[in-house]
Amino acid sequence: MSAAGLSIQRLSAGYGRRPVIGDLTLAPFAPGQLTALVGPNAAGKSTLLRALAGLIPARGRLTLDETDLMALPHPIRARLVGFMPQALPQGIALTVMETVIAALMAVPLAAPCSAAEARVRAAALLAQMGIAGLALTPIDRLSGGQRQLVSLAQALVREPRVLLLDEPTSALDLRHQAVVMDLLRGLAAEGRIIVVVLHDLALAARHADHVVVLDRGTLATQGAPAEAITAAMLAAVYGVAGRVETCARGTLQVMVDAPLR
Amino acid sequence: MTASSVPRPASPLAPATPDAAAADAVAAYARLSRRRLLVVAVLALLAAGAFVLDLASGPSGLTVADAVRTLLAPESVPRTTLVILRDLRLPQALMAVLVGASLALAGAEMQTVLNNPLASPLTLGTSSAAVFGAALAIVLGVGIPGVPQLWIIPANAFLFAFGSTVLIQTLSRLRGSGPETVVLFGIALFFTFNALVGLAQFVASEQALQQLVFWTLGSVGRASLEKDAILAVVLAAVLPFSFAAAWQMTALRLGLERAESFGVHVGRLRLAALVRISLLTGAAVAFVGVIGFIGLVAPHMARLLVGEDHRLFLPASALTGALILSLAAAASKLVVPGVVVPVGIVTALVGVPIFLALVLSGRGRA
Repeated sequence: MSAAGLSIQRLSAGYGRRPVIGDLTLAPFAPGQLTALVGPNAAGKSTLLRALAGLIPARGRLTLDETDLMALPHPIRARLVGFMPQALPQGIALTVMETVIAALMAVPLAAPCSAAEARVRAAALLAQMGIAGLALTPIDRLSGGQRQLVSLAQALVREPRVLLLDEPTSALDLRHQAVVMDLLRGLAAEGRIIVVVLHDLALAARHADHVVVLDRGTLATQGAPAEAITAAMLAAVYGVAGRVETCARGTLQVMVDAPLR
Repeated sequence: MTASSVPRPASPLAPATPDAAAADAVAAYARLSRRRLLVVAVLALLAAGAFVLDLASGPSGLTVADAVRTLLAPESVPRTTLVILRDLRLPQALMAVLVGASLALAGAEMQTVLNNPLASPLTLGTSSAAVFGAALAIVLGVGIPGVPQLWIIPANAFLFAFGSTVLIQTLSRLRGSGPETVVLFGIALFFTFNALVGLAQFVASEQALQQLVFWTLGSVGRASLEKDAILAVVLAAVLPFSFAAAWQMTALRLGLERAESFGVHVGRLRLAALVRISLLTGAAVAFVGVIGFIGLVAPHMARLLVGEDHRLFLPASALTGALILSLAAAASKLVVPGVVVPVGIVTALVGVPIFLALVLSGRGRA
């Protein structure tokens, strides 16, 4: 396979001796594409993201535009692949601005930039995200939604080629969900590869170019939203009776009626 | 004018454009950084003041002015004053500064790399382990082969301090390193080594026992300029590495996975920090015995004062530690007239009120 983009072949990953993902091969994630990673709880979505980010041991082949990611030193890989974990820990005496600057300054090899440049880049990103007013707020005093935006900013500021996000919208209200998804669409439009774990299938159907459905560590189905998200998939993977319909404005709508017995 | 043509008033708080908002954020951050640098500078001044106060305190009725004159113009001071201040008190006062800074720095790094606000050389058993190492040398004469006689005690103290931090690290990793697991293992180590020290005391000769008691109480009474120099060298050797890791440590506060995703090798960062912590604790304990409280509380004070950007947090912790121990050393000479109470006893008595005042005034401000 010589396509540009992020290619995953025969990937296995897990924690200690417990494998979560076994022998997973996916169609390559193309630059400019927003891929939604969906599936029920314990499907291996977060594990796959961690394996892609190089945070847990994995076997298989993982290439980005022909570059073997697994062979790269960790800081160089971190420069190419950004990751946003689900949670930001509590009880930390740092301001929003400090955390975003730390993302740039932590390892020079992973984000070459001067201290002055880091300050400017961090502030510009916060302003772009509409949260520059929070720059000096301690992160412990943020609301759940604000925390998630700041968490996202820490990943975005490093401007990685590949951005992996673990449920970036889970704590957000409707408006902020739309803001974040728009932001990610904009990043994809710059030619980046965006992979987002989403619980909300409607959000995936509405915003993703490509949907990967995982089930118990293996691939259930993948493709354009309309191909991947179907009533049959809802029944087989999620165990629910549901309908997937196109609304009058042409967007895919997902409705869940009842759990299947 | 119809209602729809009225322009919507911009929020009074939001600057007009993203560029202006970004410029505001940069400027505000610069102001905050300057204010915090100032706090660190004030801490340094206070620590220097406490050092002079410590030097002036004692039974000979000398004043702070005498102490300052001895430091700045030793030839202008009477011979007896010079002997008392420079030869007797200076080594002890320097030791208080160095030990306070070392223990506080070790505590600050420990709280960050183990992600636990209760971590400190004392609470996680590192100090107890160092004392046991020293006890082996004092009571049984057991030391590392090839180490010269003079160095057996400090070498043992370091070895055991290092071993205990590695043990905690390994155990907590085996069991999934929740913060509470780390503390539980630390407490287990604390009691184990204390029991072993007790055993060593039980079998010790009278002379060795006396030496051991000195250890467990914590006192700067046996300081000498040579020992000061050794501790100063250790501190000077460790500091550049601590500061070089400052950004990585700040990133680590955001979570292990996040720091890794920034390119930080968390495993290496932790190991290097544990080596530094063991060096600092081992060297400090080797010369003065167990002094608790500082390693735990000085970092908390520093955090309340300057936050957790480790470029400021680490020096602020070290300076706070030096400040507390100097004040405690001064107080230890004043509590009972004519008697120098071991400083380890006084430390907590001096530090707790300062700490409580800071916590109470800092509540809700975070």
